[in-house]
Amino acid sequence: MTAVSVAKEDVAASNDLVVLKSVNKHFGALHVLQDIDLTISRGEVVVVIGPSGSGKSTLCRTINRLETIDSGSITIDGKPLPQEGKELARLRADVGMVFQSFNLFAHKTVLENVTLGQVKVRRLDKKTAEERARALLDRVGVGAQADKYPAQLSGGQQQRVAIARALAMEPKVMLFDEPTSALDPEMINEVLEVMQQLARDGMTMIVVTHEMGFARSAANRVVFMADGRIVEQATPDQFFSNPRSDRAKDFLSKILHH
Amino acid sequence: MFDFLSGYDLLGAFWVTVQLTLLAAVGSLVWGTLLAAMRVGPVPLMRGFGTAYVNIVRNIPLTVIILFTSLGLNQTLGVSLGSQDFDTINFRLAVLGLVAYTSAFVCEAIRSGINTVPVGQAEAARALGLNFTQVLTLVVLPQAFRSVVGPLTNVLIALTKNTTVAAAIGVAEAALLMKEMIENEAELLLISAVFAFGFVVLTLPTGLILGWVGKKVAVKR
Repeated sequence: MTAVSVAKEDVAASNDLVVLKSVNKHFGALHVLQDIDLTISRGEVVVVIGPSGSGKSTLCRTINRLETIDSGSITIDGKPLPQEGKELARLRADVGMVFQSFNLFAHKTVLENVTLGQVKVRRLDKKTAEERARALLDRVGVGAQADKYPAQLSGGQQQRVAIARALAMEPKVMLFDEPTSALDPEMINEVLEVMQQLARDGMTMIVVTHEMGFARSAANRVVFMADGRIVEQATPDQFFSNPRSDRAKDFLSKILHH
Repeated sequence: MFDFLSGYDLLGAFWVTVQLTLLAAVGSLVWGTLLAAMRVGPVPLMRGFGTAYVNIVRNIPLTVIILFTSLGLNQTLGVSLGSQDFDTINFRLAVLGLVAYTSAFVCEAIRSGINTVPVGQAEAARALGLNFTQVLTLVVLPQAFRSVVGPLTNVLIALTKNTTVAAAIGVAEAALLMKEMIENEAELLLISAVFAFGFVVLTLPTGLILGWVGKKVAVKR
């Protein structure tokens, strides 16, 4: 009895939600991920930045296995990522994902986009799912658009619906793959505000982005990637005011001095 | 002028054509969709089967397939499709042959529709935790169908006209009646014109209506 409860406490006490160990991936001859070690704790907001082609998006996509890896291991909440199949589908339901190009289901209304996963994966009844969907849509500020189709919404609205769709699954962790890169400048803030609120609410988030302002204000940790490697990890303050690596200094000098 | 028509059941013959068309259309839509699902699915064996089926069947003349259902399936292997009546057996065999043949074209039309659905749609569906069948039936196929109403209309019109091949195994549809009339009557040009007109009456509205439907259900991106 005691032994069991101690073991349980150990598991509960383990605060590591997403753990990547020596992950490698190739696209043909290109070694896009090279010995990636990364641990994300419960409630942590990690922002991944770096130049184009550095492997940030690929890294993000390996975490729910939209990209397979060649070697290494990825565990989520203590469970290693399974092969394609029922187990993987179950695990993906716990990992919310927001894409650069929104990827809302084009033939379904906003409301149907947010209820689909709840009904078909979580097996909630339609009425409960709709109530929760409307609450989430209100929370991200697009409640009035519930009965429209995605194509009738602005990019910023679509991305906020996409965030609501992911949140409807009550995920343990949210992945953001350049969520504002396809948006007009004036719509970026409405999406970032939703993400900042989410961060304040304690959601575990992995955010690939070029928004340095968001990294400064919302991140617990900045991960800097270049050429398939994690070059540097630090708190936002440390990273932006005093980067250690030459690669990061070079990168920041190019993007921050306008 | 149209006296030669008396004594022939023109409407009855075209009704058989319509029945052949509708039954074969439904059958080939179902089987063609399944074939398309196999061809885009993750199981290599099913992918192989789907690919082999389409490439073999669509390259065999329909006449050969229809004759095979009668000479091969029925007379050699004794398949009677649950009937004792000669006419009913041949009708059902013709539907079977038309389904087998048309589904290869339906499959390819749907597969091209699947290719018009952005890959992000399926990724978003997978990321929600939907399994392969759910991704296909809830997200990909509904969008794929909307984009191939046009090509599927072509297949349906071709099918309508292909039903005439069923005459080869004695199904009493329009073409068989035409053959009979040509043998018995003198007005050859008029007979051909009447049957040509009959088919246009069947297929022209099909094209117009489905063209309108295609525009109506198109997915806006």
